[in-house]
Amino acid sequence: MGNQSLTVIGGGLVGAAIAYGAVRSGIHVRVLDQGDTAFRASRGNFGLVWVQSKGHKLPRYARWSRDAVTRWPALQQELLQLTGVDAGLQQPGGFWLGFSDAEMKARCALLENVNQHGGEVPFEIMNRSKLVQYLPGIGQAVVGGSFCPMDGHANPLMLLRALHAGIICRGSEVISGVEVARIRFDSEKQEFETFSGDGRSWKSTRIVLAAGLGNARLAPQLGLNAPVFPTRGQVLITERLKPFLRYPMNKLRQTLEGSVQVGSTSEDVGFNDGTSTERIEWLARRAVTTFPALAYARLVRAWGALRPLTPDGYPIYQESSSCPGAFIATSHSGVSLASVHCFVIGAWMSGMAERPPDFGVFNGDRFANSK
Amino acid sequence: MTTNALFSIPESSGHDMVTIAFEGRNLTVPAGISVAAALLSNGVSDFRSSVVGQAPRAPYCMMGACFECLVEINEFPARQSCLISVQDGMRVRRQLGASAINIKDEL
Repeated sequence: MGNQSLTVIGGGLVGAAIAYGAVRSGIHVRVLDQGDTAFRASRGNFGLVWVQSKGHKLPRYARWSRDAVTRWPALQQELLQLTGVDAGLQQPGGFWLGFSDAEMKARCALLENVNQHGGEVPFEIMNRSKLVQYLPGIGQAVVGGSFCPMDGHANPLMLLRALHAGIICRGSEVISGVEVARIRFDSEKQEFETFSGDGRSWKSTRIVLAAGLGNARLAPQLGLNAPVFPTRGQVLITERLKPFLRYPMNKLRQTLEGSVQVGSTSEDVGFNDGTSTERIEWLARRAVTTFPALAYARLVRAWGALRPLTPDGYPIYQESSSCPGAFIATSHSGVSLASVHCFVIGAWMSGMAERPPDFGVFNGDRFANSK
Repeated sequence: MTTNALFSIPESSGHDMVTIAFEGRNLTVPAGISVAAALLSNGVSDFRSSVVGQAPRAPYCMMGACFECLVEINEFPARQSCLISVQDGMRVRRQLGASAINIKDEL
């Protein structure tokens, strides 16, 4: 492996997890990060480590998500020991809440469907009286919920920091403030050269595109296809409150520090990562319907962030056939999937492992007719 | 730590005065000043305990930015005392750690 080197374009959660995984496989990695000007989805992530209901249209993704939450504790431990940074993983199980019998019926069918296709994701449907034993204070409007014991949450900002620290601890580098303009592949030398807009360049024998929304522009330069587009999510944050929520929910969670996070919207507003009063009000109303006592909590922040979504919502993981050694990774579940991005994708894209089995379903070519 | 007030309110006649209670102690202060000013001028230097380390805290910015002056006012937790005017009969207590929200089961 002596002469092998890897450039990872994108220092968000996806790029950093893959880079850290590659570094621990023994290859030298250089992460080129756009820096604070980026539409950094990682900074807006809701923080769930989630498998419940994932992959109901793509069984391979259900198994992938299950592997991810199963391997998260190992990542948490390793990063904590190596860097001293606590990514804050808690996996007490998590809840989805239903507000009508029709919703409950559809939910049950969906979760059963995941497992009929090999999901192997345990879940329990609970009626209201059982639910209140787990979630005291839940509103009258909640008729029931689904519980998955594998679900949990973590601190996205600390995870990102831990991954960057881990990369540096193990002797690789993160270069910030790099706007990648173009990438050249020299097939004779099997070498990639990445050029920044300000005239710098870096050579490597392998390259991973993990640039979130930037992947749409970069992928065609390496014979890849990644039609990712932005979907805005707005999130509300309350003041720190004494612990009262023992379990994360897909739309509401209390962090270890005490803040309650309320999420999230799903809006098609182009490259606008701002907030809007109307959506903030909608989120706040929904939160108070779910937990009436939250009416007395003060909101201290709201933010918007852009998810890099593909047309079917599932990730792209692929090696280029025209530029071997070039890979792409695009996902909006940078926290949930961090462990497998590190242990599995990092090892594959650094050349230390084969492509994981049945990964053809994640080829970007499935969007050949999308723009 | 000194218990003498570091701040004082200039004597002047003609001020309307109000009485507030801080931790059960009655303080008579000029109407219209902030709760934080009323406490500081009466020697209070420990407004709250921090959420993380329980360390004592006191106002820093006095203009609504730092959230160091949080107190409980009339049983409402975590109010910014530098932004709220004293009212006669107001009950003020130290804010101990994070706010608690009152969970009542709606069965």
